[in-house]
Amino acid sequence: MSPIDARRLARLCVPLLLAALAPGAAAETVRVAVAANFADALERLRPAFERDSGHELRASSASTGTLYAQIRRGAPFDVFLAADRERPERLVDEGFADPSSAFVYARGRLVLWSADSALVDGTPAVLHRATFRHLAVANPKTAPYGAAALDVLRELGLADELAGRLVQGENVAQAWHFVASGNAELAFVALSQVLAQDPDERGSRWLVPESLHRPIEQVAVVLKDAAERPAVRAFAAFLRSPEARRMIAGLGYAVDPAP
Amino acid sequence: MSGDALTTASLTIRLAATTTVVLLLVGTPLAWWLAHTRSRWHRPVNALVTLPLVLPPTVLGFYLLVAFGPEGLVGAVTTRLGIGTLNFTFAGLVVASVLYSLPFTVQPLQAAFSAIGSRPLEVAATLGAGPVDRFFRVALPLARPGVVAAIVLTFAHTVGEFGVVLMIGGNIPGETRVLSVAIYDHVEALEYGQAHWLAAMLLSFSFVALLLVNFSARRRAGAAAAGG
Repeated sequence: MSPIDARRLARLCVPLLLAALAPGAAAETVRVAVAANFADALERLRPAFERDSGHELRASSASTGTLYAQIRRGAPFDVFLAADRERPERLVDEGFADPSSAFVYARGRLVLWSADSALVDGTPAVLHRATFRHLAVANPKTAPYGAAALDVLRELGLADELAGRLVQGENVAQAWHFVASGNAELAFVALSQVLAQDPDERGSRWLVPESLHRPIEQVAVVLKDAAERPAVRAFAAFLRSPEARRMIAGLGYAVDPAP
Repeated sequence: MSGDALTTASLTIRLAATTTVVLLLVGTPLAWWLAHTRSRWHRPVNALVTLPLVLPPTVLGFYLLVAFGPEGLVGAVTTRLGIGTLNFTFAGLVVASVLYSLPFTVQPLQAAFSAIGSRPLEVAATLGAGPVDRFFRVALPLARPGVVAAIVLTFAHTVGEFGVVLMIGGNIPGETRVLSVAIYDHVEALEYGQAHWLAAMLLSFSFVALLLVNFSARRRAGAAAAGG
């Protein structure tokens, strides 16, 4: 390349480079990998965060296991909002996440739900009557809500009796869908899913006491290399703020008192 | 291999075999019709048969979940017949797989039937062969490589089915949990060892299946060269 060409190239590129960098200094983007069950909730939190911080939030949702596998292989995320405790802790152990950033941002509440507004009377009675054909649960092997649902059946002494009527969705969303489409009468789903519906489409439910199952702790971590970025710190702080906690609780999750 | 994996593998093979048999019975007349008809329905039917090739399996799965449900078109009929609904059952998976793998049966057969052309059949007719004879004694033997390709591709494609089963299966061991879903579960549960195991099995199976199709096509070319 001749010196004249190089100079021309520089004259062309430098302003472009500056233009590309300039807006980044003012408003940054925080890239959040969010477990499918919390994707809706995050969408509701987004306006408050973007308004308060001036930063932008970009969410990608998938199952916790899928997101974990993607993060391990270098997926471009800053924060991981998981549906369990295991996967974020693994990322910490493996050096992919900042250990000091992990905290429980929400605890899932399990409900026994039917689209039929008369089927569930606020108690587990319908499970004992066993007049239904299919009870949908999230896959207990992969989904925390599924594992919690089986805990409940064991606590009620119904695990063996009802084993033949269980159908598994890959996650609570699919368990929900099995009932919404009329293919199953009952499902163990998340309270947040029920509350996301219009009031006249909420069917009937039994809110399962948390003492009947292992806690469904949803843990957030900041991923390595992102911890120092202002937008990421702003988001981590926002998630712990009283305002965010209040909103999360209103969406159907239990929230620990502020530390 | 653990008992679970064995159950899953044998269920998968049973599903693929049943689907292949049903599709040969349904797909052969359909392919024959498509290869010979001059009807104006030819193009729309052809497009319909090809649809599962381009649709995401989740689309098919979603429609089937709704259609098979108690208020769905199919569900209403099956419920009235006293069969109950098809979702979460092996029979439901067979119906879904038949739709899903339809192009993999029809297209190789259709191509093979078209390639024969009308001449051998006309010759057979002048020699006094009836329509049934012409089909079984002339067309089918000439279309043999197409039949082999249809069988192998249909079987292999059904073994690899994932999205549809995920949508309507309900993941019931021994009834609807097939290999591809089991692999997905292992990955989700971070059991990468088991996932590798099953995935490698599926990979080598698919490779061998395609190799078979290739050999069968090569033989036909060889036979044609020798005969021509």
